[in-house]
Amino acid sequence: MSDTAEILEQAARWREAGKGVALATVVNTWGSSPRPLGSKLAVDSDGAFVGSVSGGCVEGSVVTEALETIRDGKPRLLDFGVTNEQAWEVGLACGGKIEIFVERVE
Amino acid sequence: MKGRFLDAVLAAGHQHRSVALATELKGGGQLLLDGDRLEGELALDEAALGAMREALRADRNRTFDTAAGRVFVEVFSPPRRCFVVGAVHIAQPLVQILSLADYQPIVIDPRQSFATEARFPGLELSTEWPDEALERLKPDHRSAVVTLTHDPKLDDPALAVALRSECFYIGALGSKRTHAARCGRLKEMGFTDTDLARIHGPIGLSIGAVSPAEIAVSILGQMTQILRRGEKSEAA
Repeated sequence: MSDTAEILEQAARWREAGKGVALATVVNTWGSSPRPLGSKLAVDSDGAFVGSVSGGCVEGSVVTEALETIRDGKPRLLDFGVTNEQAWEVGLACGGKIEIFVERVE
Repeated sequence: MKGRFLDAVLAAGHQHRSVALATELKGGGQLLLDGDRLEGELALDEAALGAMREALRADRNRTFDTAAGRVFVEVFSPPRRCFVVGAVHIAQPLVQILSLADYQPIVIDPRQSFATEARFPGLELSTEWPDEALERLKPDHRSAVVTLTHDPKLDDPALAVALRSECFYIGALGSKRTHAARCGRLKEMGFTDTDLARIHGPIGLSIGAVSPAEIAVSILGQMTQILRRGEKSEAA
């Protein structure tokens, strides 16, 4: 089974179990970014997550936004890069830039 | 993502079908392309639909501007298949790293003492003749074919079917001398030098691999190179 399929299967299981679920997907990259387009993170309403959208640099921040999306249902488009103001906390060490789309699984 | 799209994407994967999902990146509206069928509330014009179909064909995710806003098209594809002809020692570590690299390995060997569940637990095994198995399973442009038996009776018919398919990678285990003899036999079957250039023989990257696991690494390395960079990259 592919990486993506495993993440989606987990999202489906969480939904089945009655949990809120959000998916975060890399939709754009610039420069040297660690993960290709389509790389995914599934997050449940308890903050558990599977998959990855970077080399581990921004996952924490993405999970926080995903929990917001589970709560309010609004999709979010997140930008991460070394130019980010919070570079020390959630920047990409590789010097690349990524855009991540976060959506609730309805 | 709508729950029904999540279910549809997972179901397509189980049925070994590729589908594409377009998502508008502001509001999150979505459109699913499954074969010729479109489903969803996101209205895309012909140009955008054409780009979506192209993404599905090329098996490539992309983000682009449309009249309906910026759209991300994600292609969900079943695992690439790797047909391993010869349930030999090298096949055992090979199927393990193939699985790690998201391939679905299928082991083919008519010698029933080799192709056993005990040697390849949980794997799709075929004890048909390699050409019969491959004709049934139809390698496509997302397939690789690897022959490991050293036995012309088993390897040659498999290579013949592979050469007539669109598979992206063909590799054959055996020394340079074995490979030259093999090419001679395949030529007699009507294959040209251009056809035979598709076969990687001796198989694998030249990394001095000795153990079965190392040989498996060299095979997956070469397969990855051809998949990601194309045949021409090999000379570099």
